Amino acid sequence: MDPFFIFITVVKIITITFLVVLPMVAYAVYAERRFSAILQDRVGPNRTMIPLKIFGAKKDLNLPLGGLTQPIADGIKFLLKEDFTPNHVRKPFYWLAPALTMVPSLVTVAVVPFGSDLRLGDRIIPLSVADINIGPLFVFAVSSLAVYGITLAGWASNSKYSFFGGVRACAQMISYEIALGLSIIPILLIMGELNLNEIVKYQAANGWLIFPFWGEGLSLKGFLLLIPCLISFIIFTVSIFAETNRMPFDLPECETELVGGYHTEYSSMKFALFFLGEYAAMIVGSALIVTLFLGGWSLPFGWSESEFMSSGSIPAALIHVGCFLTKVIAFILFFIWVRWSVPRVRYDQLMKLGWVVFFEAALVNVFLTAFILYYVR
Amino acid sequence: MAEIKVIKRPQLSLGDKLYLPAIAKGLFLTFTHAISSLRGTTRGAKKMRSSGLGVTMQYPEEKWDDSLPEYYRGVPALVTNEEDREKCVSCQLCEFICPPKAIKITPGEIPSDDPWAKVEKRPQAFDIDMTRCIYCGMCEEVCPEEAIFLRKDYVVTGSDRSEMVHDKDRLYEIGGKRVGLVNKWNDLK
Amino acid sequence: MSDQAPANTETALPKDLAAEKGLVNVQIDGAWIQVPRGTRMIEACKMAEKEVPHYCYHPKLTSPGNCRMCLVQMGMPPRLGPGQDPSYNEEGFQDIGWMPRPVIACANTVSENMGIRTTGDLVENCRKGVMEFLLINHPLDCPICDQAGECRLQEFSVDHGNGISRFRESKVKKPKNVPVGDRVRLDDERCIMCSRCIRFMDEVAEDPVLGFTQRGTHTTVTVHPGQKLNSNYSLNTVDICPVGALTSEDFRFQMRVWFLKETNTIDTNCGTGCNTTVWTRGNKIFRITPRQNDEVNSTWMPDSHRLSFDHVSADDRLTEVLLRKEDGQHQVSTWETAITQSAEALKAFSGEEIAVIGSANQTNEELYLLGRVAQSLNTSHISTVGRIGESDGKLISADRNANTTGAQLIWQITPDEQLTSIREGVQQGRIKALICSQEDLLSEAGFTEEDLEKLEYLVVTATNANGTARHANLVLPAATAFEKRGSLVNVAGRLQKLNPALLVPGDARDDWQILNTLFASISGEDGFGSLTSVFKELTSQTESFSGQTYSSIGDQGVVITQTGVHIPLIEQEATRKSSGQIVG
Repeated sequence: MDPFFIFITVVKIITITFLVVLPMVAYAVYAERRFSAILQDRVGPNRTMIPLKIFGAKKDLNLPLGGLTQPIADGIKFLLKEDFTPNHVRKPFYWLAPALTMVPSLVTVAVVPFGSDLRLGDRIIPLSVADINIGPLFVFAVSSLAVYGITLAGWASNSKYSFFGGVRACAQMISYEIALGLSIIPILLIMGELNLNEIVKYQAANGWLIFPFWGEGLSLKGFLLLIPCLISFIIFTVSIFAETNRMPFDLPECETELVGGYHTEYSSMKFALFFLGEYAAMIVGSALIVTLFLGGWSLPFGWSESEFMSSGSIPAALIHVGCFLTKVIAFILFFIWVRWSVPRVRYDQLMKLGWVVFFEAALVNVFLTAFILYYVR
Repeated sequence: MAEIKVIKRPQLSLGDKLYLPAIAKGLFLTFTHAISSLRGTTRGAKKMRSSGLGVTMQYPEEKWDDSLPEYYRGVPALVTNEEDREKCVSCQLCEFICPPKAIKITPGEIPSDDPWAKVEKRPQAFDIDMTRCIYCGMCEEVCPEEAIFLRKDYVVTGSDRSEMVHDKDRLYEIGGKRVGLVNKWNDLK
Repeated sequence: MSDQAPANTETALPKDLAAEKGLVNVQIDGAWIQVPRGTRMIEACKMAEKEVPHYCYHPKLTSPGNCRMCLVQMGMPPRLGPGQDPSYNEEGFQDIGWMPRPVIACANTVSENMGIRTTGDLVENCRKGVMEFLLINHPLDCPICDQAGECRLQEFSVDHGNGISRFRESKVKKPKNVPVGDRVRLDDERCIMCSRCIRFMDEVAEDPVLGFTQRGTHTTVTVHPGQKLNSNYSLNTVDICPVGALTSEDFRFQMRVWFLKETNTIDTNCGTGCNTTVWTRGNKIFRITPRQNDEVNSTWMPDSHRLSFDHVSADDRLTEVLLRKEDGQHQVSTWETAITQSAEALKAFSGEEIAVIGSANQTNEELYLLGRVAQSLNTSHISTVGRIGESDGKLISADRNANTTGAQLIWQITPDEQLTSIREGVQQGRIKALICSQEDLLSEAGFTEEDLEKLEYLVVTATNANGTARHANLVLPAATAFEKRGSLVNVAGRLQKLNPALLVPGDARDDWQILNTLFASISGEDGFGSLTSVFKELTSQTESFSGQTYSSIGDQGVVITQTGVHIPLIEQEATRKSSGQIVG
């Protein structure tokens, strides 16, 4: 195998995982706390300082960072807390579960295109770890593994709250995977393509799926396809909420009924893995929505098609990466905004929505798209 | 027999059934809060002396102290009168009334060479366990000598439990001198 | 007999029916009751369960009637004119003519067809007036007054007082904080001149050192010049003082009475066995007061007995099992090892080589178990230590042991007759092992340190460290009389009950448990499950006790044997009662 390919892949893995996704996860937590505070007329964590005193300095360093060091403090706290394993748990699975929750979220990042292709000399480097032709399928295959982590945690904890949380999570995630899978079939029909990078390139040229106002999107077919795309978008977005166990669908860990749900018995870094896994899933979900429906890294109105932007030079790639991250961050803020605005649904309502509404709607949507594609030229 | 009242379920319109308008309304509401929060124009922000974000006051820098009401109940403390006589005569009524049993008094006799020997009795030890105190003010209400008062102080800290027990010296230090109270042990006495 | 009488002339009138039994009919607040002829009105009201507030009246003292608090309205049948016949109503009573002025209930006796009103405007206004007068000069120092909480003046001013003072002038100044005796402090400003203390010292204690001086506005209770209120009964004046004028030096400013828990028990300082109430808070005794028992101690108690509780929390209190090592030093051990070791050691001796010395201050149950221990060791050497002093002619009995009678009944021998022979046996080396329960052999028993050195094995149970314990191979920490349950028989043959007021401190144990485990491990039997089962077996084995249970003893005790000994104070009281000086 090409050693350069291996080298560049390792660089991409390290950069994307440790410099992009994990910091984003940490700061998503901070963003959640600050943004929720602002929504509720509060302040949020704004005064974490650098405790130089414990290293022997005379004064603590209190920079006006607005609490930006809070995630670091949280991380240190999680690492230093007592890692308590209750006596009544099934230990191997209890230890395995947090990892099983965190890993799938990180693995799905592999296929997400973070920017346009980079041209170095005569080599073209795609800005995703694995530029494979089965992007969405890979995402579904891997992300459905996350349900094992949660279910295993619920079962291995050997306590009623955890067990109920695990059972709920299992049922909920499997139910919504169906809607999730069916809702993107229209997009695949339109694209005829399973490579996420290609999907983004198509959108760059022909208009974002739910904002198709340039290129081919301006045709009659483009306008007609907007309808199934919007339906797909709504179903997909709501299903992602359910898949990531976010409000208003966070029934597996709803504290009024189940204390902490599947992570009731967890503490310290093991709990942190669940916690971070949830945020990582949220980021990956946002990235996926952005890639599929909002044009991924592409600029609107076909600007990405200009000579400079499509040249593959480093500045162009960086602009695209920035564009992608802006969209993702905006979507994360939307996630947070929804969490602090919409109350939790009842469990039967959740299941009804998944099986009776979304499943049917997504199915009909497939036929609608096929119909449009077949009859409208 | 009680009259049975049948209340009809509300008729939901299509919009209600779709949930979406209600969700949009909710999102809009929180959004307006976010905007006014960021602009520092949240309702009541001025009154609460907000820091400019939301309504929250920044505690250690800003305090409520000057706007505490007259009837505010903070830490209990013992007081002395104009002539620096400790007003408490250790009648132990506060110890008796104290609902969480936070007060512990060891009574003692005033030695005959003391200028206030005629009062005869005073506390030898007077401990209030601030980890138990619930700031109910019953001790102040029951005191027949006007010797114990709930002050406006509310910041009680300690790094272990024994520091949270206020002894007699500490209580007099917090309470200080109070003038103009009833003086039962005057010269006529 | 009146012809107006609706009752059949052949049926007797209530007054005649009552007279046959020596009773009279009295109407109290509208209800007729029968009371013995000669009863004081205040006692009649008490029988009718109507409260008459009073300060100076005390049933065990004469009634001078000087507090005026017990004013009630009295009514008598109308005085008949010459030749007039009394008229009776349907119930057979004459109509009552109510007097316009009140009378004191404590010094007047009832008569036939009398009416008493303890309520009504007249009575209530009188009480209000009396209260106002009493409170005019009373200082407002309830917060520092030890009587607060059990003060009659406080209670009645809540019930009958005005709530405010109309007195604008300065209060009368009188001596305060006067040490009238070694154990009593006097505050004259608080005194309401009821004279109870004066009468008590005169009539009961027979040491009349108290009296009124400067009669008038400045009436003052004082002690006679050159004298002190140092009678051994002086603290009873503190008990009967209705206000806080007389306070106990010992209890002064120690604790407010409302914090104290009362336990009814008996005194174990002498054979009389005064009934007492022990007042505790936490695990600490604050005071001991007498409890009324007209057959034992009336309502009094000697000071020396009520103040003897310091040893309970003294520094030398034993709270751990101590085993003596080779070098003569004691080492802390556990009950299990101690009891097993001592049982082994004792069984190595023959019966003739072992003696058991108990204390006649122990309860019947403990003495019984001690007898069983001796039995299981096959020894007949068992004795108590006798303590004979001089009776003070009132409540202190000549026998200073609390339960000599009980020991005699249970062991069926004169309890201390073998003491001399045991002592000689130890001195001559015939007796090699000794069990000593709750006694210090170096004091009254007459042993010397050399004698104890000669013993090969000595087991001691004791509450406080003493000389005997120092020589013991095994010291077992035991309970004081305030910490244990049990029964005792006093000099007059009355079986009385001891109740625990405190918890046993540290590792110490109740004596019956110690003797029970010792008995069980020596004899190999099961031992007793509870104190009640010990008492049950004791009653079945000893004739005098038969049929008694803890509930049948009650708070006042029961007489189970006649000893011929009488308590002098009770006899004196009976004389005064029969002569009509006191109500009794």
